Amino acid sequence: MADLQSQDYIRRSATTLTPPAARNYEQQVAKLIDVTRCIGCKACQSACMEWNNLRPEVGYFEGSYENPMDLGPEVWTLMRFNEWENEKGDLEWLIRKDGCMHCEDPGCLKACPAPGAIVQYANGIVDFVSDACIGCGYCVKGCPFNIPRISQTDHKSYKCTLCSDRVSVGLEPACVKTCPTGAIMFGTKSDMTDWAQERIKDLKSRGFENAGLYDPPGVSGTHVMYVLHHADKPSIYSDLPEQPHISDFVSFWKGLIKPVALAGLAFTALAGFFHWITVGPNDVQPEDEAEAERLLRSAEKPR
Amino acid sequence: MNLSRRGFIKLTGTSLAASSVGALGFGYTGEALAAAVRPYKLAAATETRNTCTYCSVACGILIYSMGDRAKNARSNIIHIEGDPDHPVNRGTLCPKGAGLLDVVHAPTRLRAPRYRAPGSNAFKEVSWDFALDRIARLMKDDRDKNFIAKNAAGTTVNRWTSTGMLAASASSTETSYATWKVVRALGMVVFDNQARV
Repeated sequence: MADLQSQDYIRRSATTLTPPAARNYEQQVAKLIDVTRCIGCKACQSACMEWNNLRPEVGYFEGSYENPMDLGPEVWTLMRFNEWENEKGDLEWLIRKDGCMHCEDPGCLKACPAPGAIVQYANGIVDFVSDACIGCGYCVKGCPFNIPRISQTDHKSYKCTLCSDRVSVGLEPACVKTCPTGAIMFGTKSDMTDWAQERIKDLKSRGFENAGLYDPPGVSGTHVMYVLHHADKPSIYSDLPEQPHISDFVSFWKGLIKPVALAGLAFTALAGFFHWITVGPNDVQPEDEAEAERLLRSAEKPR
Repeated sequence: MNLSRRGFIKLTGTSLAASSVGALGFGYTGEALAAAVRPYKLAAATETRNTCTYCSVACGILIYSMGDRAKNARSNIIHIEGDPDHPVNRGTLCPKGAGLLDVVHAPTRLRAPRYRAPGSNAFKEVSWDFALDRIARLMKDDRDKNFIAKNAAGTTVNRWTSTGMLAASASSTETSYATWKVVRALGMVVFDNQARV
C-alpha cells in the first residue's frame, strides 16, 4: 500500500476535498498514437494482455480483422480497422488503437459516486482503484469515448491504466515499448505535442493537407493523443468522436443537482431538528387511546 | 437486536444524515493517499537476456523470473519484454514476441525429444541420450555410405551431399561459428539457414 505516493492524486471521485499534495511539480505524461505509422500488427494488444495478466476467452472469427470485436474488462486496448474510400476513390485502411484516452477532465471520474474509485494523478493518468469500485457502471455512461467495461467476474469496472505501475517507476507503458513501427510513443505531454507537429508537417508535405493532432478540447485535452491523416473527420477512424464532451446529463446530475440535493437533505434534517425542539415528538395521549378503543369496538361489531 | 418500528426509522434517519455529512465533504480524506494501484511487479525479479524463439529477425528479449536464484527458490518466468539494448529491435517486439510468456507456459509445449519408430504411428517421449545417439548413428551410417572423397578428376573434395543441415537464425555469432565448423568439418555441403526460408 501507499507505494505510489510519488504520483500524487490531483482528483478523486465523489470527494469534494482533494487531499493536499505537498509536492506540487510533476511532468504531465502523454502517449502519442501515430495512426499514420500503424500497421495493425496488434503487438500492443498482445503486450497489454501479457503485462496486465489478462487472458480473455478465445473467441470466434467474425469476418473482421478486429479481434476481439470490442473492448472488454480483459481487453483494455483494441485495434479497430476501417476501410475508407477517399475523395479520389482510393481505399485507405484506417487502423486505430482504441483504449482509454486519459482525459484531463475525465467524465468517468466526474460521474463516479464511489469515493476514491477513480483517481487522477498529477502526471495526468486516470486510474481505477478496484478496491473502492462498486460496479455501478456510471463511469461507462460518463465516458465520452465509451471505454470502461464492467467485469462479470468481480463486478468492477476496468480500463487501460496507462501502465501506471510502470510509469510510476520510470518506465514507458507496455504497448509503447513493444510497438515495432514506433507508431506509439510516450513522453511528456509537451514533447509528444512537439513530435506530433513534426509528424504533421511531414504528412502535409506528402499530400495529407488535413493531417493533424487529436487532443480534444471538449475534455480539456487528453493524455493519449492521435496523429490523424484526416484530422478534419475523426469519425472515419471507427467512430472516434468529433467533439467529445462529458454528457450533459452527467454535468447536470453531478454538477447542478448534487449540491441542490445535498442542500435539500441538510434542510430536511435541520427542519426536523427544529420541529423536534419546538413542537416535540408526537406522543400518544389518553384521548387517543380512548378513540382507538372506540374505533376498534365499532369494527368488531357484527354487521 | 430488537428494534421497534420507531427505533428503526430513527436509526435509518441518523445513518442517512451521517452519510449526507460525508457527501458534503467532511469525510476522512487521509485515506485517499493510502489506496494504491498495482505495484510494479518486476522490482526484484531476475533479468535474463535472450533471443526470441520465433523468426529470423532474432529480436533481443529480457526474460524476468521470480526469485533471486537462491538455493531454495525455484525460478519461474513471469514476464518477457523487448531488450532496449539489443541492436535488432531496440526494445520492440511483434505480437508473437510480445506473447512469448504463453509459449513458455503452454501445456502443449515440447519439453523432451520425441521419437516415432519406423512403422509406428505414434510419437513417444525418449531421453536426450537416446535421441543424440540415434542421430549420430544415422549420420555416421549415411556419411560412411555416401561420402565422396575424390571427384572424377581425382582431386580431393571430401563431400557429403546426402545429408543437410538447417540451422537456426536466432543464434549468436559464436553459435553460428560453431555450427559452421561442425557442418563443414563433416564435409556437408547442403547447409542453409532459417533466415533464408
